[in-house]
Amino acid sequence: MKNEPVIEIKGLWAGYEGHTILEDIDLTVNQSDFIGLIGPNGGGKTTLLKTIVGLIKPDSGEIRVMGKSVDDGRCHIGYVPQYVDFDRQFPIRVWEVVQMGLLGCRRPLQAINKVDRETIQFALEQVEMVDLRQRSIGDLSVGQRQRVYIARALTSNPQILLLDEPTASIDPQVAGAIYELLSRLNKTVSILMISHDMNAVSSYVKTVGCLNRRLHYHGEKEVTEDMLEAIYGCPVDLIAHGLPHRVLSDHSHEGVAHA
Amino acid sequence: MLEVFQYGFMRNALAAGVLVSIACGIIGTYIVINRIVFLSGGIAHAAYGGIGLGYFLGINPVFGAIAFSLVSALGMGWVHRRTRERADTIIGVMWAVGMALGIIFLDMSPGYKADLMSYLFGSILAVPASDLVIMAVLNVIIIALTIAFFKELQAISFDETFAFVVNVPVDRLYLMLVSLIAITVVMTMRVVGLIMVIALLTMPAAIAGLFVKDMKRMMALSAGLSVLFTFIGLMLSYYLNLTSGATIILVAGVSYFISFMLKKFFVKKQIAVQE
Repeated sequence: MKNEPVIEIKGLWAGYEGHTILEDIDLTVNQSDFIGLIGPNGGGKTTLLKTIVGLIKPDSGEIRVMGKSVDDGRCHIGYVPQYVDFDRQFPIRVWEVVQMGLLGCRRPLQAINKVDRETIQFALEQVEMVDLRQRSIGDLSVGQRQRVYIARALTSNPQILLLDEPTASIDPQVAGAIYELLSRLNKTVSILMISHDMNAVSSYVKTVGCLNRRLHYHGEKEVTEDMLEAIYGCPVDLIAHGLPHRVLSDHSHEGVAHA
Repeated sequence: MLEVFQYGFMRNALAAGVLVSIACGIIGTYIVINRIVFLSGGIAHAAYGGIGLGYFLGINPVFGAIAFSLVSALGMGWVHRRTRERADTIIGVMWAVGMALGIIFLDMSPGYKADLMSYLFGSILAVPASDLVIMAVLNVIIIALTIAFFKELQAISFDETFAFVVNVPVDRLYLMLVSLIAITVVMTMRVVGLIMVIALLTMPAAIAGLFVKDMKRMMALSAGLSVLFTFIGLMLSYYLNLTSGATIILVAGVSYFISFMLKKFFVKKQIAVQE
């Protein structure tokens, strides 16, 4: 059990209506991993997450979640999408949004019971949003809303969290708090996170992968020049954007075993 | 003022108004928050085809209307789920074709068709007791399903992508919702008429949505407002000798306009206080 991968992707090809975006992806996410996924826009990062949760059907290849098919296995996934397209007027409270995570993977028509309420309460405590539980979702700030969506993902008691740019359009201080939260959560759940924020990637994640149609992931923390060249086609970027040295430094390869 | 209720038809009218208001309060809330007013308009007009068919076959037009609106609702709902971007075009097509079919069926039906206008403009003053029973039964169905699936319907309305990912049966719930809209449309049609169904399904819920941010309260408030508009509209139409359906709608419309102004004024004041 200990070494069973949480997500196993083999030879995955996927895209939208005939446009292939993901080419021959192989990826294994193990328990207690915290993988940061970087890559250019249009490189397929969001497509990869959507394919893992079944929003996009693969053209070929296989995805197993906790050893099950996507339809069954996604009950073990906590998904935090990049944008939640919503109406600020929508009559829904924070508590009710978080409750959504509990609805699907259970017997239909089951009422919310005491255990469920405790689960929701616990998820809200994790993201420090208990005080605002009766607020209308439209009244929250972007950062608060992001916390609510993380709490919602937590209520399904996930084995893995998939986060699509959790700190996009959030100011750096709030972003820092969200990364701290993710680090804490990582003690019990695996995390696969898309991020453009190289600082965050370098300080909080355990391993980094680069995705530009093809995935370059070796279970290591360093972003090698080879990877960047393969991804962006230009190693100069490394210096020009002042990437933190830690990412490039040659420290112990703790993640090597995963590759 | 209440002496008008010594007439049986006025009592029936008021009862019909209350029954329709409950359905409109609940279903109207879903229509407004899901932004499917146009889809509901399509269902209402496609129902007219069923009325024509009812006359053509010599059966109660209400059953024709229920059948047509259910079929068109499921068709439009399915299209809406599959192809988001062009759904409005297809709804427009079904809207027009349903209406045209109704007229052609009526052309081909022999005999007296004076009752037809009552489906276009409503006939709350001519609602028979048997229709009240049908309305009550439909209300029970709507309330029962809404209570049973409240959380799920709220979830798919708010964020259907996430609902899908956690294995909520989004498609089936959505089709259930459009079916409920269809039966509410047929029910409302008897009271305010096909042309004004949309008004009663959207305006009370829209007003309620301006002032409350909780779905259950929004449903209760819009049902209450709907009862109020129906009552005031009935009174005005009785004393001023106006068409009842149209009067009810105008009362709702004026209230909507006033609420909108009030809300604007109120919000501005709130911001000023905060500053």
